[in-house]
Amino acid sequence: MEKVTHAPHDHYDAEASKIGMWLFIFTELLLFGILFVIYSVYRYLNHDAFHLAAADLDTFTGAVNTLILLVSSMTIAMSVTALQKKNKPLTLSLNGITFVIGVVFLVNKYFEWGAKFDHGIFPGSATLAETLSQGEILFFGLYFIMTGLHALHIIIGLVFIAVVMWKVAKGKVHAERSALLENSGLYWHLVDIIWIFLFPLFYLIV
Amino acid sequence: MSDEKNHIVPYRVYAFVLAALVVLTLLSIAITGYDLGKYTVAGALIFAVVKSFLVLTYFMHLKYDKPYIKIMVGFVFAILVVTIVVTFLDYLYR
Amino acid sequence: MQSTNAVNQANYLEYRGRFKGLFGWIFSTDHKRIGLLYLYSMAVMFSVGVLLGLAMKLELLAPGKTIMDAQDYNATFTVHGVIMIFMVVVPGLPAVFGNFLLPIMIGAKDVAFPKLNLLSWWFYVAGVFLVLAALLFGPGTPDTGWTFYAPYSFKTGTNMLPAIFGAFILGFSSILTGLNFLVTIHRMRCPGLKWSKLSLFVWTLYGTAWIQLLATPVVGITLVLVALERLFGVGIFDPALGGDPILYQHLFWIYSHPAVYIMILPAMGAISEIIPTFSQKHIFGYKAIIVSTMAIAFVGYLVWGHHMFTAGMSGTAQYYFSLLTFLVAIPSAIKVFNWISTMYKGSINVQTPFYWAVSFIFVFMIGGLSGLVLGALAANIYVHDTAFVVAHFHYIVFGGTGFAFFAAIHYWFPKIFGRMYDKAWANIGWIVFTIGFLTLYSPMFYLGMMGMPRRYYDYLEEFHGGNILSTFGSWILATGFIIIIVNLVRSARRGEKAEMNPWKGKTLEWTVPSPPPVENFDKIPEIAENDGPYNY
Repeated sequence: MEKVTHAPHDHYDAEASKIGMWLFIFTELLLFGILFVIYSVYRYLNHDAFHLAAADLDTFTGAVNTLILLVSSMTIAMSVTALQKKNKPLTLSLNGITFVIGVVFLVNKYFEWGAKFDHGIFPGSATLAETLSQGEILFFGLYFIMTGLHALHIIIGLVFIAVVMWKVAKGKVHAERSALLENSGLYWHLVDIIWIFLFPLFYLIV
Repeated sequence: MSDEKNHIVPYRVYAFVLAALVVLTLLSIAITGYDLGKYTVAGALIFAVVKSFLVLTYFMHLKYDKPYIKIMVGFVFAILVVTIVVTFLDYLYR
Repeated sequence: MQSTNAVNQANYLEYRGRFKGLFGWIFSTDHKRIGLLYLYSMAVMFSVGVLLGLAMKLELLAPGKTIMDAQDYNATFTVHGVIMIFMVVVPGLPAVFGNFLLPIMIGAKDVAFPKLNLLSWWFYVAGVFLVLAALLFGPGTPDTGWTFYAPYSFKTGTNMLPAIFGAFILGFSSILTGLNFLVTIHRMRCPGLKWSKLSLFVWTLYGTAWIQLLATPVVGITLVLVALERLFGVGIFDPALGGDPILYQHLFWIYSHPAVYIMILPAMGAISEIIPTFSQKHIFGYKAIIVSTMAIAFVGYLVWGHHMFTAGMSGTAQYYFSLLTFLVAIPSAIKVFNWISTMYKGSINVQTPFYWAVSFIFVFMIGGLSGLVLGALAANIYVHDTAFVVAHFHYIVFGGTGFAFFAAIHYWFPKIFGRMYDKAWANIGWIVFTIGFLTLYSPMFYLGMMGMPRRYYDYLEEFHGGNILSTFGSWILATGFIIIIVNLVRSARRGEKAEMNPWKGKTLEWTVPSPPPVENFDKIPEIAENDGPYNY
């Protein structure tokens, strides 16, 4: 029995990491894409009910969330430029802004959902089953599932950004080894794209 | 193996893209004020598609990446579209 | 291809790294060890699935209750299906042979993300335990069938949530494997190894990886929705709240049809390796096989409705799916022509892998042709949900993926274990198994045509004879399986030492020692311009 030791290999292949992240993004696109398929089918079958139910959602809050998420996409994209220009403080600030915006988004969501719960509108509630038509029940079911799953992905994204910020601060992620920051950006942009579609389909169809 | 990763995107490019995205968002909200009947959804979706295209191309760096990644992304969206179309072959003609 | 003799590395079986003993295996990021971890865990689960199948056949030996009642029978075929599909044939050849051989076949030291690779096996184990938990704890074993159709899947009182969650985690295992293989093939091919020089097994792993990546999330979210339905009564598939159960079926089969291509493409890839080697001849139509592989992978996305012809879809959808189903059969048939043409005027070396490969072609063809019957709308109404369907998919999946798996394990056995299996016993095992297989499943075609429904624990007296024959077949098959397994296990420990290239193959794995060293190559190979696989 031989014991063989190896010199530690530096397996850093930025392009491999990037493809890996894109492939993972594809799985997320399929995941949410199928939810959009379900939405399309039920919207087609319950056109008027969907319109009616959508009026219950607060377009202003939705619009605010859309706009701030777009800003956060810009800031995280800029943070990559900052890292490549070896500007560590700016990198951390831009990521920090992204993080804060993500938290604000979640807070808005919390109040939105809270308002719905207060009116007895939540999955499986008696109010839903007894007072609303089937199309409206489906609308709200999809609303909670899709915005809920989206919010879960925001939380994952925030964790990712926090980890990257820590590594940037420690000097483990830097201009010559930027893949992790770029990939966290890709993930965050995905979360943004999903919301870009969620917003009109739930808030703008009145 | 070198690729276009060394290309550094200027801050102002991202700022311009954000401006465009904000304008498109506001437009999409405005347009739903009008009753376009069955084109309302299409209208809203077109804005979403254009915005996503900007995010993919600039924020997600596809414009500056090697072509095969763009091809893969296009392929995945195509598969999604085909899936929706085929599913509707059932629902549209019941 | 030049041989790369790595003399100053330990082989991967003997290597001792940071961890000792069992931990050196279950914490190993070596793709070869991970491949074997999958092999052992899948062999265990397959055995459990076989026992459940034998129990079902025993119940069907006679009409009425034989050893179990209806509820238990429903639970048995559900678990049999879940195990066989999600834990055996979907991981299948990629998890075992893909993991073991892919890096070696492309001249790499490991896959792109070795830790992710280990994680995917850990997810596999977690999924297995969750599904087993559904059986052992809670209000009863799931009884919905492996297809979890709504609304029953959210109305049944049985223990669905762990099973659903387990299937979800198993899906993650599959996605990570696919992701890893795609990046590996794109980024880690050795110098000179162009796409047009890749071995066919690698090509099929590539196509399969795309399906694993893009189709699995669909069943993932669908299962999550069923779980949410059980927990919160959301209404997505509940007719009482406006949901459409047929939509569930659409979503389920949007994954599960491409899933069968996950099962069969690598199987075909292995056959495409074995036939040239034992014909000592270049594969006929290398490019045609690649194109047909990619065509199957893509068109396979478009045919899912053929599982739902009687469910209540529109006529338009039915016509469309039937047409596409017939189209997707064409590339598969092309491959069969290629394999047979390869053998023609070849120098045939009649060995166990070759027996398995040839019988694969035979049973796969039968399964495929019966698929055409099912794909024709008028005939489908007659045989849907009968034993005919059961025969069809067992011929295709068990005959297809299963036979190819046995072919592959015998083919690559000397490479993996450094020893040769006992050839006489291997051939006996093959004959007994094949006879058992044909006896078990052939009567089902007839029984289905005569009207015997599937998933019933009871049947009319006129079906008795066929069922007796089928059950006897299951015992012969089980005997054959035991012979094969015992032979392989004994030979792995005590078989004759194998040389580097016992079959005179021409792909890269035959240029490394048997068993391979830890890092596969001492020196990464370089492929010359006129080098290539199958250059006999």
